[in-house]
Amino acid sequence: MKGCVKFMSKYDEYEVIMGLEVHAELSTKTKIYCGCSTEFGADPNTHCCPICTGMPGVLPVLNKKVVEYAVKMGLATNCEIAKFSKQDRKNYFYPDLPKAYQTSQYDLPLCEHGYVEFMVGDTLKRVGITRIHIEEDAGKLIHDPYTGDTLVDFNRCGVPLIEIVSEPDIHSADEAIGYMQTLKSILEYLEICDCKMQEGSLRCDVNLSVRKKGETKFGTRTETKNLNSFKAIARSIEFEIKRQIDELEAGGEIYQETRRWDDDKGIGYAMRSKEDAHDYRYFPEPDLAPIVLSDEYVNNLKVNLPEMPVARKTRYINEFNLPEYDAEQITNSKYMADFFEKATAVCNNPKLVSNWIMSDISRILNEQEITITEAKFTAEQLGELISLIEKNVISSAIAKKVFEDMAVSGKNPKVIVEEKGLVQVTDEGAIREIVQKVLELNPQSVEDYLAGKEKAMGFLVGQTMKESRGKANPGIVNKLLKEELEKLK
Amino acid sequence: MKITEQEVRHIASLARLRLSDDEVEKLGEELGQIKEFVETLNEVDVSSVDATAYILDKQNVLREDELKPSFDRELILKNAPAKEAGCISVPKVVE
Amino acid sequence: MYEKYTMHEIANKIKEKEVSIKEVLEDVYARIDEVEPKVEAFVSLTREYAYNRAEELQKKLDAGEDIGALGGVPVAIKDNMCMKDTNTTCSSKMLENFVSPYDATVVKKLEQAGAIIIGKTNMDEFAMGSSTATSAFKNTKNPWNLECVPGGSSGGSAAAVASNMGYASLGSDTGGSIRQPAAYCGLVGLKPTYGLVSRFGLVAFGSSLDQIGPFTKNVYDSALMMNVLAGHDEMDTTSVEYTVPDYTKSVGDDVKGLKVGVPTSFFKEGLPEESLQIFNNSVEVLKKLGCEIVEVNLDYAKYALPTYYIIATAEASSNLARYDGIKYGYRAKDFEDLQDIYAKSRTEGFGEEVKRRIMLGTYVLSSGYYDAYYKRAGQVRSLIVNDFKKAFETVDVIALPTTTGAAFKFGEKQSNPIEMYLEDIFTVPVNVAGVPAISIQGGLDKNNMPIGLQFIANNFEEEKLFKVASAYENATDFHKAQANI
Repeated sequence: MKGCVKFMSKYDEYEVIMGLEVHAELSTKTKIYCGCSTEFGADPNTHCCPICTGMPGVLPVLNKKVVEYAVKMGLATNCEIAKFSKQDRKNYFYPDLPKAYQTSQYDLPLCEHGYVEFMVGDTLKRVGITRIHIEEDAGKLIHDPYTGDTLVDFNRCGVPLIEIVSEPDIHSADEAIGYMQTLKSILEYLEICDCKMQEGSLRCDVNLSVRKKGETKFGTRTETKNLNSFKAIARSIEFEIKRQIDELEAGGEIYQETRRWDDDKGIGYAMRSKEDAHDYRYFPEPDLAPIVLSDEYVNNLKVNLPEMPVARKTRYINEFNLPEYDAEQITNSKYMADFFEKATAVCNNPKLVSNWIMSDISRILNEQEITITEAKFTAEQLGELISLIEKNVISSAIAKKVFEDMAVSGKNPKVIVEEKGLVQVTDEGAIREIVQKVLELNPQSVEDYLAGKEKAMGFLVGQTMKESRGKANPGIVNKLLKEELEKLK
Repeated sequence: MKITEQEVRHIASLARLRLSDDEVEKLGEELGQIKEFVETLNEVDVSSVDATAYILDKQNVLREDELKPSFDRELILKNAPAKEAGCISVPKVVE
Repeated sequence: MYEKYTMHEIANKIKEKEVSIKEVLEDVYARIDEVEPKVEAFVSLTREYAYNRAEELQKKLDAGEDIGALGGVPVAIKDNMCMKDTNTTCSSKMLENFVSPYDATVVKKLEQAGAIIIGKTNMDEFAMGSSTATSAFKNTKNPWNLECVPGGSSGGSAAAVASNMGYASLGSDTGGSIRQPAAYCGLVGLKPTYGLVSRFGLVAFGSSLDQIGPFTKNVYDSALMMNVLAGHDEMDTTSVEYTVPDYTKSVGDDVKGLKVGVPTSFFKEGLPEESLQIFNNSVEVLKKLGCEIVEVNLDYAKYALPTYYIIATAEASSNLARYDGIKYGYRAKDFEDLQDIYAKSRTEGFGEEVKRRIMLGTYVLSSGYYDAYYKRAGQVRSLIVNDFKKAFETVDVIALPTTTGAAFKFGEKQSNPIEMYLEDIFTVPVNVAGVPAISIQGGLDKNNMPIGLQFIANNFEEEKLFKVASAYENATDFHKAQANI
């Protein structure tokens, strides 16, 4: 046990310092400098033209929407928007970069000096945003298992990106996840990025260093690149923290290096290719004019920003009386919040919609490993389902069964109820017949009840419901059972 | 003033050029001369001058986010020295 | 057979159906078959395309349609302008087999105006040079004296027109690459205002300096070519939205009272006696025409050359990085891995001068040197821009020799790079400032070789250039002298 205490304390003696560079692909129709489609998943090299494949003689023309989206993100994260901004060339050789330079922004980015706030447990955390700039994405390299060669697909070349660079304000994997979650939700609310991490449209690089608590000098940092799931972010951070501390504790040294994370194997490793000690030879892009934004332009975007997650959460608490936790969970994702509002508009019962989201819907999305936008059922359908319960057409128990069906088939709840004959029986005559039959078949329980054993009532209700295949209205069952038993007294 | 061998080799590696020893020697000499020549700019007082990064008096040259047809893949890959499965092929990229 | 005609004259003869388009084209190709082996102005010819165009245009003409200002006129273009389905080599081994999948905007504009592109002309590799001798393929000769260079980098375009292989041609001018060969070959060469002609499809050398312009045998044809080439292009964000006038209207305008600035202090040092004499004679002609000659100061012009060599090579080092053996162009035959492809393809694919400039450009941008070189060059550039701005507050145009002398012989001025770079001393300030300039035939030297005279105007004042240049042309006989080949 003593050894274990010592083991724990080794890590506790260190402080972790992280800054995140988050890349978000903007959901414009076309690429940043040409009219090719940004759509994901097309056949290789079919969304290409001479411009995005860097043919000799071509010139770029900046997509207006890219500037607009980047400024929106800057405003939503409390940044100052640059009145004068320019684009620069970042020069390096790589097969996925056909021009051998990436058009990006160097010393005059569009947005600077912002911050975001979010809850980590019970504490409010603020992370500073150093800058947000626009740049172009690179192509995709595919390993060809047959030949051992690398294949180059340029479809992604020129898809617009914003890079969001944080201050080194992040000190744990939880904070990193909270920060990433917050950015994701803002991007979704602004509708400027589809945030599909598995497709690479939202990804992050983690710069991480450790130092003994109390030290003022930063430790040497490493950069783990291209993390594209929350799980990978959290695990790679834990891995790297442990690696760095173990290394230092063993008397070793941390090297400034670029690292990769292998999520399948659960290990990080240093990249073998050294990128010329990062001499990118930035210089102003002579083919593109400066971006000069008027106060009017910026103000116009500012006043038209959509409701942001924090505001929406507060509104849900005030307007719909949702518990804070539920409101937070629902508003974390814009798509879930939109789903909530659409369903509520149909059934006018926010509390019930919230309950469904927090329980059955969350469960089914987890099981199916999908997001709400990919679900078979719609918000309107959930609203209808809840209306059916409220109008006593079906019971809550039946509703759960109907929902299971909806989640697989995508059918309307009414259709399912009709097809399967699940309409609740409220006809007292019909239910009374069942009740009388149940009493006949269970003389012992009747006797027990009459002898004062109230518990027997529960059993009889259950039997009646079972006999009705769940369709009998439970209130009426209770009422009629009592009446019939009264007669036997 | 000659540019050192080490510097010439570093620049060549950044530019992805491979130089023979003779070329390193010669380029060190020539680049040194050119360097001296361009350093005549140091005579100019530029302390209060903004650099011209963009020669024209233009700003915000933007296009609408409108789709244009892409090129046939055949045309995009026509000049590729090696291709495979609709892609350009290169030796294994080591990370 | 038709070579005595100028471009607009042959265009009119075609329109009037005095000659057929095919006849004119056959005549030009016959001339090429005869002269090209000696001059070697072309990298490739586009015969099939040209004859198809000729047939097509003739049909339109015969049907009474307007076939454009250059309808049926054979012209050549420099081999750094992309033309769909034809090779665009930049006279480099690197792009020897590159077939462009698209058309440069100027190619489209020429086609819309009815011109017929007959071939693509030789140049200094990637436009880096002043002699066309850095071409990976061939040495183009000066039609006036085959032992001399035609100038560069657009030497092929100049030599073609000077030896009547085409009625006009296009070149590109980054530091003098149109004006210097025009001077050496006795032609009219125009470097338009930066932003007046679209660069889309022009293989980039120094993006903030490059401009496309015409070679012609006289000023009127130059103006006519600019009517076709100038104008906004949405594919090039450095192309300016400017209402293009009819430039031919400026040709022949009276120049009485026109203020011509002469920056004597800038050029007198290092200008050989003979060249100075020829220039002074030119000034006398202008005086006789009623121009007012004014001394102007271009205080920072002497810094234009070092400024140019920093900016042009820095931009070039980045522009030429895409030639890496991956997606198009030369890929080395033997390689072990990816890094080997890069290094070998670039080392084997580029010539010596290109590599030298890539090295210099990489150097001035590399870590720790940016402020000392690139940034400072940008600052001096601002001072040079300002120099011209101030000068044009008092004068209409500036007159200057185009070069220090007539065309030099092969092998001369190539002992060291600086000497070669000094060739550009009078042309480079114009590119650094972005202003337009024209070179016309100013005189002949003692060997009967042409000597250029350069006029510079303020941004978008090409009309003044055509005005003063045509006045000079009308007042002298130099332009009538032809290469004897």
